[in-house]
Amino acid sequence: MESKDYLKDISEIKHLMNKSSRFISLSGLSGILAGIYALIGAGFAYWLVKTYSNGTLLLDGTIFKLVLIDLFLVAFFSIVTAIILTTRKAKKQGEKIWDGTSKRLVVNFLIPLLVGGLYILIILGQQKYGQTGALMLIFYGLALINASKYSIGDIRYLGFIEIIIGLICALFPGYGFWLWILGFGIMHIVYGTWMYLKYDRKQP
Amino acid sequence: MSIINNINKVFDHRIRLGIMSVLMVNEYADFNMLKDLLGATDGNLASHTKALEKAEYISVEKQFIARKPNTRYATTKLGRMEFKKHIEALETLIHKT
Repeated sequence: MESKDYLKDISEIKHLMNKSSRFISLSGLSGILAGIYALIGAGFAYWLVKTYSNGTLLLDGTIFKLVLIDLFLVAFFSIVTAIILTTRKAKKQGEKIWDGTSKRLVVNFLIPLLVGGLYILIILGQQKYGQTGALMLIFYGLALINASKYSIGDIRYLGFIEIIIGLICALFPGYGFWLWILGFGIMHIVYGTWMYLKYDRKQP
Repeated sequence: MSIINNINKVFDHRIRLGIMSVLMVNEYADFNMLKDLLGATDGNLASHTKALEKAEYISVEKQFIARKPNTRYATTKLGRMEFKKHIEALETLIHKT
């Protein structure tokens, strides 16, 4: 064998290792859109609270329920967009959308996220809502780090950033709203753009 | 010529390298998963897995899943060690030329 063949061997080994263990068709564009949804949702919540609730949020009021629905819609549209765009990208690359790698990715992403979500709902039920923003950021960050082993490794760094913002948010609950916007809105847009330029655009 | 000695003849085939690559990063893989990933035919893949099994680089586990026979492969300690040595030898060769 020539050394050229060895080089080809090495690159094929790397390719197979990645392909068989990681789901890499995540779309960067869906990250950007999730960030935009978060900003729109936050803007709506801000307007709602400022206009109808004198800037304070009571846990049992109608406004609070509307904010929760708003939050739920942001999450829902982000997930649906991610699924649609990722399916499209996977098809384009001739990858299967639902195989061992994507299953592992989803399961490992959901474990910290569901635990966090349930925990937040439980403490909301106990009228402790000062840390909600911080907890959302922290658990989302943990979910990203946990999932990064089964996808593009770079989402690990986004996970660390979300956790740091979450911890700052826990220290300064007064800025919770703005830190939430930074974590879920702006960071998603920045990160999605970076991923888009790094991975999506290079693909033929 | 110690570098050449580390080039392992057992791995000197694209499919075998492929099988080992997949098994290095996965706890185990079944026959169909390997087939899909490597784009090999049944007979071809079977003969290569047999060769690796004979060298005791991979272990084979046969079982039934929903009454269908299923063959699962995993690397052995020896296989992982030899594969790493092989890769290192390949890399040294590439850097030398």
